[in-house]
This record gives sequence, structure tokens and C-alpha cells, in this order.
Amino acid sequence: MGKIYRISGPLIEAVGVDDARMNDLVKIGERGIIGEIIKLDKEKIIVQAYEDTTGVKVGEKITSTREPLAAELGPGLIGSIFDGVQRPLDKIFEKEGIFIKSGTSAISLDRKKKWNFIPTKKNGDIVNEGDEIGYVKESSVINHKILVPPGYHGKIKEIKKGEFSVEETIAIIQQEGLSNSEIKMIQRWPVRKARKTLQKLPPDTPLVTGQRVIDTLFPMAKGGTAAIPGAFGTGKTVVEHEIAKWSDADIIVYVGCGERGNEMSEVLTTFPELKDPRTGKSLMERTVLIANTSNMPVIAREASIYTGVTIAEYYRDMGYSVALLADSTSRWAEALREISGRLEEMPGEEGYPSYLSKRIAEFYERAGVVKTLGNKIGSLSIIGAVSPPGGDISEPVSQSTLRATRVFWSLDAHLANSRHFPSINWLSSYSLYTPLLDDWYKKNLPADWILIREEMKSILQNEAEINELVQLVGYDALSEIDKLIVKTGKMIREDFLQQNAFDEVDTYCSLNKQYKISKTIIELHNKEVGLISKGTHINQIKSEEADERIAKMKYIKESEIDRYFIETMKAISTVGEDI
Amino acid sequence: MSDISYRTTRRITGSLLFVEDLDGAQYNELVEITFPDGSIVQGQVLDTSKEITIIEPFTETSGLDISNTKIRLTGDSAKLQVSEKMLGRVFDGLGRPKDGGVPIYSDNKLDINGSPINPYAREEPAEFISTGISAIDGMNSLIKGQKLPIFSGSGMPHLKIAAQIIKQASTKSNKGNFYVVFGGIGISSEDANFFINEVGKSKAMNRTIMFINLASESSLERLALPRMALTAAEFLAFQNGADVLVILADMTNYAEALREVSSARDEIPGRRGYPGYMYTDFASIFERAGRVKGKEGSITQIPILTMPLDDITHPIPDLTGYITEGQIVLNRGLTREGIYPNIDVLLSLSRLMDNGVGENQTREDHKQLSNQLYAAYAQGKDLRNLAKIIGEEALSEDDKMYLKFADEFERKFINQDFGENRDITRTLDIGWELLSMLNKKDMKRISEDNIKKYGKWKT
Repeated sequence: MGKIYRISGPLIEAVGVDDARMNDLVKIGERGIIGEIIKLDKEKIIVQAYEDTTGVKVGEKITSTREPLAAELGPGLIGSIFDGVQRPLDKIFEKEGIFIKSGTSAISLDRKKKWNFIPTKKNGDIVNEGDEIGYVKESSVINHKILVPPGYHGKIKEIKKGEFSVEETIAIIQQEGLSNSEIKMIQRWPVRKARKTLQKLPPDTPLVTGQRVIDTLFPMAKGGTAAIPGAFGTGKTVVEHEIAKWSDADIIVYVGCGERGNEMSEVLTTFPELKDPRTGKSLMERTVLIANTSNMPVIAREASIYTGVTIAEYYRDMGYSVALLADSTSRWAEALREISGRLEEMPGEEGYPSYLSKRIAEFYERAGVVKTLGNKIGSLSIIGAVSPPGGDISEPVSQSTLRATRVFWSLDAHLANSRHFPSINWLSSYSLYTPLLDDWYKKNLPADWILIREEMKSILQNEAEINELVQLVGYDALSEIDKLIVKTGKMIREDFLQQNAFDEVDTYCSLNKQYKISKTIIELHNKEVGLISKGTHINQIKSEEADERIAKMKYIKESEIDRYFIETMKAISTVGEDI
Repeated sequence: MSDISYRTTRRITGSLLFVEDLDGAQYNELVEITFPDGSIVQGQVLDTSKEITIIEPFTETSGLDISNTKIRLTGDSAKLQVSEKMLGRVFDGLGRPKDGGVPIYSDNKLDINGSPINPYAREEPAEFISTGISAIDGMNSLIKGQKLPIFSGSGMPHLKIAAQIIKQASTKSNKGNFYVVFGGIGISSEDANFFINEVGKSKAMNRTIMFINLASESSLERLALPRMALTAAEFLAFQNGADVLVILADMTNYAEALREVSSARDEIPGRRGYPGYMYTDFASIFERAGRVKGKEGSITQIPILTMPLDDITHPIPDLTGYITEGQIVLNRGLTREGIYPNIDVLLSLSRLMDNGVGENQTREDHKQLSNQLYAAYAQGKDLRNLAKIIGEEALSEDDKMYLKFADEFERKFINQDFGENRDITRTLDIGWELLSMLNKKDMKRISEDNIKKYGKWKT
């Protein structure tokens, strides 16, 4: 048995630990605090503890678990809330009360709960790793597919049906030349290693988030990567929450990494009550939460991102579209910096370790549309919030993230201060998925969707230029057409881009409704362009009714939007009749 | 406590002691250091190994020597003995009496570092706390369980505002069970005296515990102080079911101490020399606010900090803003105009306001009214800038109204007396009176019903 030799904060040196291997977990001291081996010497090992080491003494025991940090995967993940090393926080609360004490332990997945296993394979079938052999109904909307664990293949010798706990054998596979293997519903996977897939495919379907500025102007693809950098108060967390609530992914994994505890309790209170617009069921029925708030141990914060992405990959392997929301990856990077500093590694930019950008890229690389080992198509989308110091994105975490991601939603403090939410800047944001998704739009949306989108973008661009001009020469000096662009630009910003996350109706906007709002704005604009080109002055055009109808449109319920749209188009068609 | 004392100090550098053969020392353990002159101070174990243990004393190391310094292990980490007898008392950063009274003895000893609140155990902050200050109550309400800092600058009256809040703060429910814990970190003795006098002579003193560390006192004590204060607060809130308001001033002094201690420990500095873990360290203080399942009490925090050069992107306000739920920003311009409290309502924000205002809490019109006041004031301030360029005469009649509104809003709504405890009804009424200067038809953020019910327009 190993003995502790030195304690310096979360870093522990120990001697005499048998079979120490890099990145294996150890149990430290009498309390059994979890730690990870991060450095090996001939005699000594160096361990970073996942929890507070106050009170640990030199000479206390330390033992290796002979396993790297691994996630427990199986039925029971959905609806759970875990900490960064996948301990169930609700169980810890029941056991220990309101505070989390150092050295506490709890098993990730409930061992007693019985799940009704329904096989989809029969005796004698040949199966390979990743193949589905059956499923259990994990929640009212998710069928949890039981897959042959990695490394197993052969002929099914026996497959059961009925009620089983996660540790009971549900099938036996006869592997050629090997002994029989028992298949259970639970499996473990080391979190720092990406799960295997057959092939990566290009993203071709949008992840519809119900947020107008995102879906219409800067769309996210299923299997894509996106970054949301923003100073405090710009609404990063609200954007992450809105996507977690309304996006059309099958499964949401939400990682609260080094952020506010009250935000997690907000998720925990609101999600169960909100209904998924597609299934009509509670949002919690498709959500897994990982919460390692800012006051919880920093080392476990570093692990939380990996725990989250591993659970997300697991569901992707069942053929689901999964979205991972990480808020905030900056806190994860800071945890890296803290560990690196304690190890006295040579610091790179702003004290971050020189491998920061590689770690960030590796993480986002786990996203994608894939052909799974079992030949299903699944996708994992990663959306990471970044918290740049002082809101200045020239810092290393923002820059490394922007290099690794393909969508950039640029949160603007100026917009936030003038209460324009979501404060996604329409000039500096971008999405590299737009051209990849256009085929999908052509197939699934009205023919002029792309045209309208491009027209809106160009009006916004022109408006920004004209507004600069206005500051120099004044509004009155503008040409009539430029005055119209100022008017329409304002309309796009206020009636389309601004979206109220706290309004019951406006919080979610379907693609149909997005199209209809943008269509009316552009229709009115083009009508007015026609009138002006015939010599009419802008203040002669009476468009109040149409303007007002468009302004109210975002608060019209989805069920009434089609009728409202027709009436609004009628109102637009009468504009200019009196001239 | 161990009876053995060690005279095995081998090296003293700056503020650190290197001691050999300190058998059984625990990480973070509290130790007693006996100076050669017989005085005893406390210290903490920073690093311990078979050969050498590094100890950081809570005071200066001057006067220590190698051969006569004695070290004794206490077998425990830093703890605070808590009891209700602490109310009305003043302590130093290590929990020792500073008011000449007797020390607190209690079997109830709590680790000052606390433990993180399980996020699952949290309840969302809810319920309005009345501070009696219109700019806060009306525009950026403080909610039970929230952490809402005040971003100030040097020379601004933040301590005066803090004293006013301590005297006036109250909640509707849980009556009589409302306490205040004040932590003065590295403040001048003049400020400390102002505080002790101002609060001491009011009836608020009986419900207040003060921890004060003066500018002349030790930096390590500054780091311990907010933890002491919050430990006392957790006792009152989660063991006694009280609502506790914790005010910490000045967190900038705290951050300076953190930087100083970090560099003495030879750690790699982060932005502007502050340690890379400052965010986590701040979070370990601010996240001790909240409401939890199954407990009546709550902890609400108002940390106060002075922004160096009034720069909100400086690491201290920046990292604070990422953790707290909004901020109250003070404005130097308003002080010059003679407005007290000089709260800039446009830059301030209470993220949790919606959780505690409206019907059954304050009044149904509160949120709409505050949105309308915000919009009108913002417009007035924009016009003020424009008027500076083109002259007031060039403005339209409507614009002049907004200009006047902005002035009146500052003078009548934001401005109030240090001794004035304005209740929320009065605050809202003043808001309505001010709005009646403007056209009723411009009130786009308020519903017809509320205008009918509360509006003060003549016609």
C-alpha cells in the first residue's frame, strides 16, 4: 500500500503505490478522496485530488483503483444531475444534506432500479461491437438502446427479456475462440478518450433552436460546433438555456462548468415544467445535467467537460442527435491553467499551458455526424460558452475556441446594455454551415427562404453603413431609399432579431414563424422600394397598420400565425394604394 | 491540541516558516507559533511533507528566529466558535473580540472554509428585500439568496450606502429573524469608526455581527475575514433559520491581499499579477450565498469593491461580475452633482429582480414601471449628450421634456437622504409622479390597466 509523502493543496506526492499508471484514479487518505495520477517518477507519484485536501496528513494511505476516470453508462442517466466526476448530486443531498463534504462517495447509476428490457435480437444472431441488441424505455421520450459493448463480438448464445437491473446479465455472447461474455446494461468508458465510430460524415441538417437570429442568420448544424464568447451580462447563459430548452436535438447534455449554483437550480426548477414543443413532454425527459459550480473543486471542473461529452457520445452511438452545451469552457481552461501552474510547467500565453489550444481542439473534435459502430447515423453538436476577461476576445481561450469551431455567435456588450437580446451581433457573427445546409432549406422550407435571408443580411449591412453616415451628415440629408433602409433595418432588429426569452410565446419561434415574420418584413420593404422608385417620399407612405402588425407578430401563438400572416400580407398589399 | 511543541524551524523567508520533522501535520491545519518574546500567533500549514512543512503565520514574521521559535499543532483547521451571543459584537478577522468584550466560547465550531452547497440542494432566490433605497428597491431589487455587488470607486460613498442598507434592510416574511453580518476588509480606522458608531447607535446593532480588519492589520487575516463572516452567517441562516444579509467591504483590499500572499508563495501570476485562481477564490466566497431546500433561512450578499481607475474591465470587478447575479454601479458624475446615493441605474442590473417583484411581493406595476423609468431615463441621458453638441434650444419640445425628466429622476427618485428609509410604495409612487411629466401615449412598457390604476396624469 502506498503512503502519502507530501501534500501541497490539491497536489499529493506519494510513495510505494503499486502498479501506478498515468491517469489512473487513486483513493487518498482515510477519507478516500478521489485523485488522478498525473506524474510518475521511479519511486514517487504525483496525484491531483478532485476534492479539498484539508486535514490530510503525511503518512496516510493511498491506493490505486487501477482504472482511469471513467463514466458509468447505462439506463438512468436521463433526468439525472451529476457533479464533474459523475456523482449523483440528488443522492448526495439525501445522504449528506445541503453541503458536499470532501471524500463523499455515491454510485452514479441506480443499481436497484429494474428496467424492462426488450430484445431486438434473438439467439444465434451474430453481433458486433456497437450493434443494438435491445432497448429499455428510459423516459417517456427516450428508448435507451442497449449496444454490444466495445470489444465484444460473436454469436448470441442467450438473450433475455423482462425486468433487470443494470448489473444483471441480459445476454450472453459466445466469442469465437474465447469464453462466453455476459452482457449487462451498464458499461464504463474512460472519459478522456473519444468513443469509437466508423466514419465521420459532413453535417447537412440544421439544429433548429427556435431562436430567430440563430436559425435564420447564423444556423447551427446537427453535429456542428459553435462558440458563444461574451462579457458578463451579455446573456451567454440565457442563450445556452434557450438552446437547451428548444433545440430539436433528441438528447441534451448540459454541463454547468464553474458557473453559478443558482443557475443550475433555475434549470432544475424550470426544465421539468417546460414542454418540449415536438414531443409535448417535459424537457427533463431528454436532459442530462452535469453541475460543477464555481465553488466546487476546481480539478473536478476540468473533468466535468469530459464526463459530459462521454455521456453525449454514448447516446449518439444509439443513433440519436445529441447537443452538448458547455457553460463555460473558460472555467475549464482556467482549471487547466491552475493545475499546470501547480505542476510548475512552463506557461504559455497568459499563464495558460502551451497545450491549451490542442486540448480545446480535441474537445470540439468529438462533435460530428457519425456512422456508429452499429451502422446508425448519430450526431453530437457542441456549443461552448466562453467568458473572456473584460469581454476582450483576443485572449487565448476565445482565440483557440474560434479556431476549433465553425459557428461564432458574437455577444455584444453594447447591445446588451441597450437591452437588445439575444445580444448576438449580426455583423461580426458567422456560421460556416450556411452553405452546407442550403440543400436542406431548399427541400424543407419555402423556395424564397434563402433569398429573404440574404436580403435581410444585406439590409442590415447597408443600415450599419448608413448609420455611420447619419452621424456625419444627419438623417435629413439621406436619400429616400437610404431612409427606407434605416427604417427596415430597425424593423429587422426590433421585430425579428430581438427575442424575449422570458415571454411565454416569444421564447420559441418555429422555422415556419421565422419565415413568416421575415417574409412580411421583406415584402413590405420591397413594396416601399417600388413606391420610392416611382418618386414617392418615404413620409408619404402610410404603412402604420402593416408596421404595427409586423411588430406584434412575434407575440402571436404558433397556432394562429398562419392566419395572422395572411392578414398581414393583405395589409401590406394595400400600402401605397392611397397615393 | 498537541502538547508537543517543536523547535525545528530551519528557515524563515519573507512571510513563510520552513519547519522540519513536524510529525502528523495536516494540510491547512492551524498551528500556534510562539515568538521568542513569548507572544503567540496563529499560522496555517501551506505544504507538508516528510522532511519539511511550510507554515504561514497570520502576522508579520519580524521578531521570529530559528532557535527559539516554537510551533505547536492544533490538530484542526481554522474554525469559528459560533453562537447567537455574537450578535451586537465586533470581531477581528480571526474571530477574536475587537470591542473589549469577552471571547465567544461555544461547542459549535465550524470550519471557516465551509463546504460547497450542493447545487441540487439550492432553491432559487425569491422574495424582495427592502433596502429603503429607491435606486435599488425600485430599479434593481435585491432578492433573498442573491449576491449583488456594489461596484464603486475610490472616494465614493459606498460605505455610507452600506451603513444605510444595514440600518434599513428588512423582509416581509420571517419577521424579526433578519440579521446582518458586516465584514470590513482592510478598511481605515476612520471608516471602521464611522461604521461602528453609525450602526452602533442605531437599533440595527442588536441584529448585526461585525468583523473588522483594519488597513494596518495582516493580509492573511484579510483572506480569513470573509470566511469568518460567512461562517457566522451560515450558522444564523442554516442552523437558526434566519435571513442573513452579508456585506463585505472592500473586496478590492481582499484581492490585493490575495495577490500579495500569492506572490509571497512564489506562485505564477495571472492577469495584472493576480493569481490565476482568483476567480475560484472569489467564487468560494460569493457562492456561499443562497437559499436551500428544507431550511427557512437564507444568505444574501452585497460585496462592495472599488474599481481601480473606475475601470469595470479590471480583473477584480470583471471576475466578480462573472460570479454575481448582477451589479450596482456607482457613478462619479452623480456625486459631483450632489446626488446621494450615486447609483447609475443604467449600468446596474439585478438579474434576479423578476423572482421577487410584482403582485404579492411588491406591487403588480413594479416591473413595468421600472422598465418604463429605465427607458425614459436612458432617452433623457442620450438627449443630454446631444444637447451638449447642438444646444438645448435645438431640441424639440418632446425632447426637452425627456431632458427635464432625466434631471428630475436623478433629483427626486435616485437622490434621497442618508437617514431616509423609503418604502417600496413610496418609491413606486415617486416613479409614477415623474412619469406624469411625459406623454401618456409614450408609456409603451406599461399596460393600460396599470396606467389607469396608478397613473398620475391630470387628464
